[in-house]
Amino acid sequence: MLNIVWTVILVLSFLSAAVSGRMTELSASAVSGADKAVKLVVSMAGTMCFWSGVMKIAEKSRLTDIMSKAMYPVLKRLMPEHRDNARAMAAVSANITANILGLGNAATPLGITAMKEMKKSSPLKDAPDNGMVMFVVLNTASVQLIPSTIAALRQAAGSVQPYDILTYVWTASVLALLAGVIAAKLMSGRRPYSKTIRG
Amino acid sequence: MEQIGIYTVPVIVVFIVLFGAARKVNVFEGFCEGVKEGAGSLISVAPSLMGLIVGVTMLSASGFFDILTDALSPACEAVGFPCEVLPLGLMRPVTGSGSFAVLSDIFDKYGADSVIGRTASVMAGSTETTFYAIAVYYGSVGLKKTRHTIPAALLADMTGMVSAVLCVRFFG
Repeated sequence: MLNIVWTVILVLSFLSAAVSGRMTELSASAVSGADKAVKLVVSMAGTMCFWSGVMKIAEKSRLTDIMSKAMYPVLKRLMPEHRDNARAMAAVSANITANILGLGNAATPLGITAMKEMKKSSPLKDAPDNGMVMFVVLNTASVQLIPSTIAALRQAAGSVQPYDILTYVWTASVLALLAGVIAAKLMSGRRPYSKTIRG
Repeated sequence: MEQIGIYTVPVIVVFIVLFGAARKVNVFEGFCEGVKEGAGSLISVAPSLMGLIVGVTMLSASGFFDILTDALSPACEAVGFPCEVLPLGLMRPVTGSGSFAVLSDIFDKYGADSVIGRTASVMAGSTETTFYAIAVYYGSVGLKKTRHTIPAALLADMTGMVSAVLCVRFFG
């Protein structure tokens, strides 16, 4: 996907520069962009590494397990098809917890495990069942306690208070999550494979 | 609201460290391990981040965003949406690195603490790389059909973006 996106970006840059007569700026920007990228990665490193370190402590002290357990009842209601599939539900809740804590490295493998476990008990061959759709929607609208990449970018751009947007981020994320969950539930409702599939 | 923001970061850090200590975890060792992991993942995303930052910087210098913003500003103004954050909204569901590149470009142009910079921050923080997640998760189990995943996920993203605009507009 990035292959296409990147090619389109470069072609669009060339075309827009030709149209608006900014070819000189464009040619300078290729160099300045690369320079900026290196500086940005370096100046983001501190914030990113710090949060990665803090969240590792949470993982090691099994705070993640406690959060996963707390989420279990809610998740069971959201994906009733898989409520008795303990391995799938464990992977699902561990994935959601990892997302909340911003443990990106841990979240994706857990999510893939969750999908594989759910697939085993799903009667559908080439389509996801409602539980799987719900799971992916939960992931695409995930709430993150500390959006560390954004904080790092704000810091790098000289923000006085890189974290002062936190409460807004939480509010907007929770609203997005609710919208996604409600939409997924409503849209699955009248379809034939919406019935509980277990046993 | 602002008080919560000031306390959040220290409270979270101290809570996690104390929780770890209470559970007899070597917190400093754990921290260092996490830092190492964080550095590793930053290095692994660095090449794609670099490619997209170069791309977005070129796109910005070429005047593409101005053309786009000019073309869509009547529609944006009609619904009260800040047009300057539109490129972020378009990039966000597709690529994480790309949207961070756009976010950084917005910060350079308008400032990270400006209304536009803050709106863009909240937007990026409350949405996800929807198409990427769908591709990874359904791809991992060989599913081609997505049923109602995309409409539901995009509705969530749009809700996040609109909420971001409203939050910053009403609370500053």
